[in-house]
Amino acid sequence: MNTGDRLPPLEIPITRTLIVAGAIASRDYQDVHHDPESARQKGSPDIFMNILTTNGLVGRYVTDHFGPRAELRRVAIRLGAPNHPGDTMVLTGTVEEVDGDTATVRVAGTNGIGKHVTGTVTVRVPG
Amino acid sequence: MNGEPEVHEEFESRLKAYEGRPAAATGVGRDPVNEPMIRHWCEAMGDTNPAYTGPDAIAPPTMLQAWTMAGLSRRPERTAAYDELLGLLDESGHDAVVATDCEQEYLRLLRPGDEITFDSVIESVSGRKTTKLGPGYFVTTRTDIRAGGELAGTHRFRILKYAPARRPQPPRERRPRPVVNRDNAGFWEGVARHELLIQRCTGCGTLRFPWLPGCNSCGCAEWDTVEASGEGTVYSYVVMHHPPFPAFEPPYTVGLIELAEGVRIISNVVEVPYDKVRVGMPVRLCFRRYDDELVLPVFQGVTR
Repeated sequence: MNTGDRLPPLEIPITRTLIVAGAIASRDYQDVHHDPESARQKGSPDIFMNILTTNGLVGRYVTDHFGPRAELRRVAIRLGAPNHPGDTMVLTGTVEEVDGDTATVRVAGTNGIGKHVTGTVTVRVPG
Repeated sequence: MNGEPEVHEEFESRLKAYEGRPAAATGVGRDPVNEPMIRHWCEAMGDTNPAYTGPDAIAPPTMLQAWTMAGLSRRPERTAAYDELLGLLDESGHDAVVATDCEQEYLRLLRPGDEITFDSVIESVSGRKTTKLGPGYFVTTRTDIRAGGELAGTHRFRILKYAPARRPQPPRERRPRPVVNRDNAGFWEGVARHELLIQRCTGCGTLRFPWLPGCNSCGCAEWDTVEASGEGTVYSYVVMHHPPFPAFEPPYTVGLIELAEGVRIISNVVEVPYDKVRVGMPVRLCFRRYDDELVLPVFQGVTR
């Protein structure tokens, strides 16, 4: 675990099923995450992924890399271009800082229309 | 809400007043931390981390907010202040919502059986922002999440409440124009200067509204004006549901407002949900622009 380490990219197909399953698993029934007509009424071309799912995927991306002993300490994300069905998001990450057994990882998720998510994850990886 | 900058400023300062107020007062998680919800989450995320299964399972830390979600049920923990703030934004056309930021700190692992409680505060409300989705306001809340009474994590959440820029819009009808004649021209000249003018009989001093050529008390035709302070109360009101008229979007409130000066005026009561308007409710005058040539005196609710 060293500053500058790059995490292998993770490709996530953004299916309608993933968007709806993530919304339900996070108990988020905002219509824009499951009802295309309501999404269009609110100016969006289709349903889009909710922030809790993005948060879960970012957490998974980091713990997948550092292994089951890794402990998430902080996840801070900002959303940009929405994840619509049919798109693919590619998560990438770089270790920005290492302090003892704790790393700060800068994560970005890019889809077909731009940057869906940028954020930082602080993770402790006991030696 | 469109048009004049001072209208936005006035609205923004009303929104700002909610900063620091609680958004949720000791909410209780609908379910304790539990294996089925963890499993559903991991299935959706494609997360096969073994830490989330088995006898010593922990919950994925990123589920922090999920334990506080009301789902389709009522939110008894949500405060009147937060409802009011969202109501003001909805009513002003910023009725669409999208989450933009989520910052979570995890202080203690959550395990099946942990009972969740949480408190939330409205941390900030931004000024009006232009975004790709449409003009809107960012509302940031901070939630402390406890497990068995012990702080387990903090969750800062930012949403954008916006007026969709691309909403399919029916052609916009304009409100009817006021009929201006020599008996009431002075009133409309006052409105143009953002003054609400009441006629005063120079014979007997009686105030009158609406404007008339002569005094109902003494018959005198001479008058001058006094400017209304803008304070008033709802003397009576109706809520229009049906039929819809062009340029009016029901339901909306038409109030008979008793001004502090004692005379009464009919106008809209705005920025208060139609079903929250009550007789005796304090209101304050404001001037609202409806199109490039029409400004009307209307009344907004006052929190005292």
